Amino acid sequence: MRSKKDPDRSRQAKGNFSRRGFIRGVGIGGGALGTGLLENAAEAAPATAASAGPGPVPITLNINGKPVNLTVEPRVTLLDALRNRLDLTGAKRVCDRGTCGACTVLMNGKSVYSCSVLAIDAQGKAIETIEGIAEPGKLHPVSAAFWNHDAQQCGYCTPGFVMAAKGFLAEHPNPNLEDVEHGLGGNLCRCGTYMGVRQAVLEAARTLKTQGGKNG
Amino acid sequence: MANTPDYSWPPMEARKVIGQSPKRLDGPAKASGRARYSSDLNPKDLLFGVYLTCPHAHARVTSVDTSAAEKIQGVTAVHVVSPAGTEIQWQGTEVAAVAAVTEEIARDAVGAIKVVYEVLPHLVKEEDVAQAGARAKAAGEILKGDPAAAFQQAAVVSEGHYGIPVITHCCLEPHGQTIQWQGDSVWAWPSTQDVTHYAGQLGQNLKVPAANVKVKMDYIGGGFGSKFSPDSWGEVCARLSQKSGGRPVRLFLDRATEQRIAGNRPSAYADIKIGGGKDGTITAWESHSWATGGFTGGGSPPLPYILDDSNHPIPNKRLVHTAISTNTGPFRAWRAPNNQQAAYLTCSAVEDFAAKAGLDPLGVFKLNLQYAPKVRQDLYGYQFDKAAELSEWKKLWKLRGQSAGPVKRGLGLGFSAWGGGGHTSQCNVTLHADGSVQVDIGTQDLGTGTRTIITQVAAETLGLPMAAIKLTIGSNDLPPDNASGGSTTVGGVSASTRKAAVNALAKLFDAAAPALGATADQLEAANGQIRVKGSPSKSLTWTAACKKIGAAGKIAETGINDQRNPSRELISSGTGGVQVADVSVDIETGIVKINRYVAVQDCGLIINPRLAESQVYGAVIMGISTALFERRFMDAATGAMLNADMEFYKLAGIGDIGEIKVYMDIRPENDKRGVIGLGEPPAIAICAAVGNAVANAIGVRVPHIPMTPDHVLDALEGRNA
Amino acid sequence: MQAFEYSNPASLKEATALLAASWGEADVLAGGTDLISLMKDSLHTPKRVVNIKSIHELGGIVRTAAGLRIGATVTMDELARNAEVRAGYPALADAAAGIPSPQIRHMGTVGGDLCQRPRCWYYRQGFGLLAMKEGKSLVTGGENQYHAIFGGGPAYFVSASSLGPALIALEAKVRLLSAKGARVIPAIEFFVTPQDESTREIALRPDEILTEILVLAAATHSATYEVRQKEALDWPLAAASVAIKMKGPVVGSARIVLGHVAPTPWEATAAGEWLAGKNITVETAEAAGKAAVEGAQPLSHNTYKVTLAKTAVKRALLAAAKVRA
Repeated sequence: MRSKKDPDRSRQAKGNFSRRGFIRGVGIGGGALGTGLLENAAEAAPATAASAGPGPVPITLNINGKPVNLTVEPRVTLLDALRNRLDLTGAKRVCDRGTCGACTVLMNGKSVYSCSVLAIDAQGKAIETIEGIAEPGKLHPVSAAFWNHDAQQCGYCTPGFVMAAKGFLAEHPNPNLEDVEHGLGGNLCRCGTYMGVRQAVLEAARTLKTQGGKNG
Repeated sequence: MANTPDYSWPPMEARKVIGQSPKRLDGPAKASGRARYSSDLNPKDLLFGVYLTCPHAHARVTSVDTSAAEKIQGVTAVHVVSPAGTEIQWQGTEVAAVAAVTEEIARDAVGAIKVVYEVLPHLVKEEDVAQAGARAKAAGEILKGDPAAAFQQAAVVSEGHYGIPVITHCCLEPHGQTIQWQGDSVWAWPSTQDVTHYAGQLGQNLKVPAANVKVKMDYIGGGFGSKFSPDSWGEVCARLSQKSGGRPVRLFLDRATEQRIAGNRPSAYADIKIGGGKDGTITAWESHSWATGGFTGGGSPPLPYILDDSNHPIPNKRLVHTAISTNTGPFRAWRAPNNQQAAYLTCSAVEDFAAKAGLDPLGVFKLNLQYAPKVRQDLYGYQFDKAAELSEWKKLWKLRGQSAGPVKRGLGLGFSAWGGGGHTSQCNVTLHADGSVQVDIGTQDLGTGTRTIITQVAAETLGLPMAAIKLTIGSNDLPPDNASGGSTTVGGVSASTRKAAVNALAKLFDAAAPALGATADQLEAANGQIRVKGSPSKSLTWTAACKKIGAAGKIAETGINDQRNPSRELISSGTGGVQVADVSVDIETGIVKINRYVAVQDCGLIINPRLAESQVYGAVIMGISTALFERRFMDAATGAMLNADMEFYKLAGIGDIGEIKVYMDIRPENDKRGVIGLGEPPAIAICAAVGNAVANAIGVRVPHIPMTPDHVLDALEGRNA
Repeated sequence: MQAFEYSNPASLKEATALLAASWGEADVLAGGTDLISLMKDSLHTPKRVVNIKSIHELGGIVRTAAGLRIGATVTMDELARNAEVRAGYPALADAAAGIPSPQIRHMGTVGGDLCQRPRCWYYRQGFGLLAMKEGKSLVTGGENQYHAIFGGGPAYFVSASSLGPALIALEAKVRLLSAKGARVIPAIEFFVTPQDESTREIALRPDEILTEILVLAAATHSATYEVRQKEALDWPLAAASVAIKMKGPVVGSARIVLGHVAPTPWEATAAGEWLAGKNITVETAEAAGKAAVEGAQPLSHNTYKVTLAKTAVKRALLAAAKVRA
């Protein structure tokens, strides 16, 4: 194929854009999960206001109310940081192009596609993932409603749907069916669970209201 | 055991757990994000696998240079899948794979592999059979009666062209696995519809004894018929692990590759001619069909669908089929293979015939049930009437094209048949002396509710609440079960579980009988007790009864369903369904909206109505998605799949499906037949019903699925020539 | 995705200093809904990515004497909800609200909407912006269901911008800033049809940042109508934005701009002029729709878009004039 993609694809960055720190910090032991695969922060260039990278950079993310330190290249998406570095695998990688919604998380309370956010760019924002919305062993009212209405089959889209629904209900506490259909237009399901999802979101709205609007 | 135990289901009115709708057991795990799919696993020292795939539809690999990739720090293994000399027959074919300590490094390494191809001519499109040249191969002709004469004598003759495109499975969890191959042991965490047989197949590819391959899968993110084998990526992943010193490697396809090579439904196109009487009786059928399922061509869908019983078929027919080999990703089993195509082609042609005759298609379909299998004729008759009632057919249906205004409403019919049955399955039920109950079965839950169903059957049989049952599935250490395909899982596992539980209970009765002063055959299990039938006061609690288990400390019994000789007292096969689409078509935009969709489905004995309905809703929603949106776009010049994504490979969203009404036909005569799988049957007729509804609304046939604005407006504005 | 240096400037001065004179060196990151995908597909391989979301002055919607100033990093969600936009510029609010995914509305920015690359599947598959192979367009002989019906080539992709048609109808301007200074150009001049692979479909230069949009204060009726098959996330198949200045009971002047039918938003000048002096009725709206698609040059598989464009114009006009069909 005669590709007309940018011609310098295979070329490594040069000049000002040095690849300092890139790779040097890895490869030994592979790193344990939970703190990031690119362990050696000392060898990674620190992020400054002006520039960071292209090699691994220490960053701090505020995830589910807690600061989390990790070291990633700037090109790592928030989704891949969550899944591959932090073992937070509720958000799924499905289309990986900001279309399907399976990777939905909340940033400052608003639903976003974490596949289309750079992890480094998510610093300073309150990131909420499905792992953080309920106490261990308990279900958030939105999750419970999904269960009650069988709004899941294979379940791979479900965490993204739950997070999109949670964000939607924060903005629309009294939705009707039409609102739900418009408000969850950013998520796709392949098994065909939409009938259940509609009812689940309406039920979750009622539950959240009787609980005094405590949506997480 | 002296007599064969009575395994049959308790009568409908006596069931305590079966027939109830407990929520799915894995619901909390899935709805909280805690469920761990194989693609979610992060074992210690995990490496990331990435594929390099071929951009060409047809090419010969001239050379593969991996030297630069191997030098990149962090790369642990490079494996060439298609070495020099390999002839590649479709875009997306795997050429090489890399494992590295991060996914980003693995991708960099893939980008550094240099492949030289000799690009060869390709064919990727099959809509126009005339363009296929030598790639079109005659694939059979069937002649019965004298169709030419029958058409001449027919009072009404209709002709039409119809097509249903290739669509992709588009499982949300892509194909792939995590594998660790260390020493002589292989641990595999795949995304598979066949946990039991995965080890044997992978072991064969790796030349490792199946006994050394451990397979585990808790959850699978969609399969729909496309995930039966370990595939080449299972082997490649294992080799990457081995080359990386035995570290685990996670290798899942990216979305574009998933769309290109990991499964699709073959297309089917046909020119169909129907002849018959003024009353709508069909007397002659002629079809020229063609299809592709990729490089191997495409088989003929069974035409005419359902109306073709071998003892009393349409008397005159001629079927000619052409298989077209294309340089496109290979087809895989898709929810009711070939039935969706057959239903679409047949129901469309019958609707056109009815319209030509000026008749209500409801009557024409019913009249021609004379050609359907005898055993199914009454069932379909009932279902057509029920579907008509629920869709308000009599009130809403008008002759084709009679709907007024720019937004036109129409109704359309489709019907289906499916086998089902129960696959081969073994279940072990262990009753421990402390009263705990263990159920083991090497099956998988595709999201159909298999876990819940098995637990319900065990609880029903043992007279216990579901919470008392500890079920384990999803590993090849467990008793063998078959692949989940063909709607055979619920039949298989419900039969094997029922039998294992009955067998175990018989042993428990033997142990408990002396304490109750009764014989084993006088005992029953109910409400958490073992008690004497007719004397409920003579009872032991479940726990007390289990204390009577002897020195072995447990009762372990097996139940088996053999697919070739199935447990007929428990399960059955053969379902029918009738569906009605009620649509609105905006003729100024060509946009089709579903107002209401009615699905009447025969389903045998229902173990869990909630889950059964979910299956039907799911099948219908997926069907609506295929009827309105989905098609694979291949580019003739470049051979590329242009919409290998989820942006232009369009799936229906939550607002795109209208209102769906499911009617489960659970009349006692159906319940008596036992358990029948539901994954496939309700997924068959949707394109047929929607296409017919659109034709009814706008007055002209839109030949090709999906019912998109381009197709609808092309038909309305006369561009179908 | 190729590795890159990430910059997070706090001021426009810093930001413009980080950009380069030619494409391919640096890319501006705002919402990321397009850029991240472009980088994943190696269609953009910048050495530096300049995040502009930390630059305070790029945010906010402010009323000025001249009209509205909409900052480049205002999200589509903010735009759709803004009371002034909804009241005074419904064409803009409609276009932003029409994006069916809340996630995209939360992330996507006004500047990003204008600067996003075409969704043409030939371009996205790496066959180039013009998708030429051996001197011939892949589009004209290929799968052009979602391609242009106006413009006549050599580019056949359609502008993906949701806001572009509305901004042109509203006679908005965009402000572009480089280290050398700022320039303000009419929105209609921002969109260009590239003639070769080395040019882009927007007038932005590699060293510039789109900083804001300036919408005139004008008493106009406006609306946007998008023809969308799906309620869920998808691109419109065709769209029309209209802005009408009334002269008593009749149209004084009207601007009609089509979206998703050409490599740029496509102004139907004659149709707008034809409406002057007329009442907006179902009949005149329909006639304007017909006039708007005159001269359309549909490709092998997209004649249907002519009907869609016509319908979009009619429905946008009726919505703007609040006439019930």
